[in-house]
Amino acid sequence: MSRFLSDTRVIARRSLKTLMRTPQIVIFASIQPMMFVLLFRYVFGGSIRVPGYDSYVDYLIPGIISQTTLFGGSSLAIVVANDLSAGITDRFRSLPMSRPAILAGATIAAIARNAFTVILVTLVGMLVGFRFHTGVPQVLLAFGVALLFGFAFAWCFALIGIIVKNAEGAQLASFLPIFPLVFAASTFASPRTMPDGLRWFAEHQPVTQVVDSIRALTQGVAPATEPTLLAIGWSLVILAVSAFLANRRLRNL
Amino acid sequence: MIVVRGLQKAFGETVALAGVDLDVPEGTVLGLLGPNGAGKTTVVRIIATLLVPDAGTAMVAGIDVVADPQRARYAFGLAGQFAAVDGVLTGRENLEMVGQLYGLKRLEARARAAEALERLGLADAADRLVRTYSGGMRRRLDLGASLVGRPKVLLMDEPTTGLDPRTRMELWAFIEDLVRDGTTLLLTTQYLEEADRLANRIAVIDRGTLIAEGTADELKGRIGGDVLEVRVSTAADVARVVELLDGIGTERATADERTQKVRLPVRERVETLLAAARRIDEAGISVDDLGVHRPSLDDVFLSLTGRATESDNEQTPPGPGRRRRKGAA
Ligand SMILES: Nc1ncnc2c1ncn2[C@@H]1O[C@H](COP(=O)(O)OP(=O)(O)OP(=O)(O)O)[C@@H](O)[C@H]1O
Ligand SMILES: [Mg+2]
Repeated sequence: MSRFLSDTRVIARRSLKTLMRTPQIVIFASIQPMMFVLLFRYVFGGSIRVPGYDSYVDYLIPGIISQTTLFGGSSLAIVVANDLSAGITDRFRSLPMSRPAILAGATIAAIARNAFTVILVTLVGMLVGFRFHTGVPQVLLAFGVALLFGFAFAWCFALIGIIVKNAEGAQLASFLPIFPLVFAASTFASPRTMPDGLRWFAEHQPVTQVVDSIRALTQGVAPATEPTLLAIGWSLVILAVSAFLANRRLRNL
Repeated sequence: MIVVRGLQKAFGETVALAGVDLDVPEGTVLGLLGPNGAGKTTVVRIIATLLVPDAGTAMVAGIDVVADPQRARYAFGLAGQFAAVDGVLTGRENLEMVGQLYGLKRLEARARAAEALERLGLADAADRLVRTYSGGMRRRLDLGASLVGRPKVLLMDEPTTGLDPRTRMELWAFIEDLVRDGTTLLLTTQYLEEADRLANRIAVIDRGTLIAEGTADELKGRIGGDVLEVRVSTAADVARVVELLDGIGTERATADERTQKVRLPVRERVETLLAAARRIDEAGISVDDLGVHRPSLDDVFLSLTGRATESDNEQTPPGPGRRRRKGAA
């Protein structure tokens, strides 16, 4: 167990260095969420009215926080596939290290990346009118829900990378599911206005629970307990299943 | 130090290994020689605990790699067919990371990384990002990574493929240095010259089966030393040249109709060359090229199997069944 922790730290440090030394990733991780905040705030903000919210930006920022944590882990599919084809994963597998640490390090680095993006989105949001309407513990819990969800999906993307094995395929395979998950949800608009089938999907999929939980925890307009428990439950299930399958795959590459 | 018995491995329909036995005594070098797709990498990957065999056993330093992989990983170092180093880390960071993953304390990992970098002549480039390294430097760094754990056994998969001659010589000198210090080495290669220079014993593998094993001299004895090669101008004359050369070499000449080449294993270079030239000249046959050269892997194969290596026969680029990179495998 102590080897697992120390090896995870070593791999996480490697992943963070890789992130910080790859300009495209830094730019993608910072510019893209800011762009979403500004575009949605000013392009749609005028025409979208959400009942119960004084301004659209209060409704929007929790959505963008959830969306960026999902996007944040998606590059892991490419990273994992690249490490596989460059033989780096084989190098790790031939060392007397803890094997689960190989992906645990990479996914924990994704948490750090997401924490950075979430703080950035919050700050930019506040510049254009976003406000918290609850207490510090609720806000911290909201961030925790977002990061846990991002961590769970990072494992899911790592699993995609390890199955697909090549970077282009991994990019495609990770991006395709992201869009329906992010947009067919309560991220930017209420599912209540969607057609029946879509609405059913939107109301029952995990992103909506996460967004609703963060909204409730930061805005206090709706009860937070149910969406928060559902968000945490979904995250734990996604995490457990992905981590199990990815590590099993790593044993028999 | 390395004992392999009855190793078998199939990938779907492809039989990569059909029962391979190998022995590498302590402090010696075994060269595993074979053409593309022979199964060299598969042998190395099984010994390196990256792949589980369908049948058979492999022991490294007395540890069964299938039954006790984690303990075996402390005993060997691996330098794979493609340099597995991280381009966005520096050379030093790469090696320190590997050291820490061996469970070394940070200071110890740092010291060993510095030592390996020094030893491989990478000290000056140690703090540069690896993506700025040349192919030879990446190879050396990869080798360095396999040394950080101070293993008794080294596994090297085609360590010099794709390197220029000078870099290759440098790497050879370095490998010889390691062996002098008592490291046991299993080395795969496509070059007879490389096996000749580095290995105490050579095992020749083709289509997953060992087809010969012995010292370089023993193998060369089996193919009679040097090879005389004639490229005939017109295909119609190929059979006549085979007849003409009968009796002057150590074996009967072999012909490849497609390339219009006739090959003849010889012992006396100059005498045989003169005799061959005289006979061809007297018969009035026109040839494009005539010469004696050191036996190549092709010659070993021709002699051991009666057919050329696959790479020689197929002029087409690698098909889907033979991917260039097998890192993901
Ligand atoms: N992961 C895999 N999936 C399917 N087939 C494979 C896999 N790995 C190897 N093979 C096949 O097994 C055979 C032996 O491959 P191997 O890589 O061991 O050969 P090699 O001697 O190392 O060749 P090379 O000189 O090209 O590196 C080949 O036919 C190859 O196509
Ligand atoms: Mg190979």
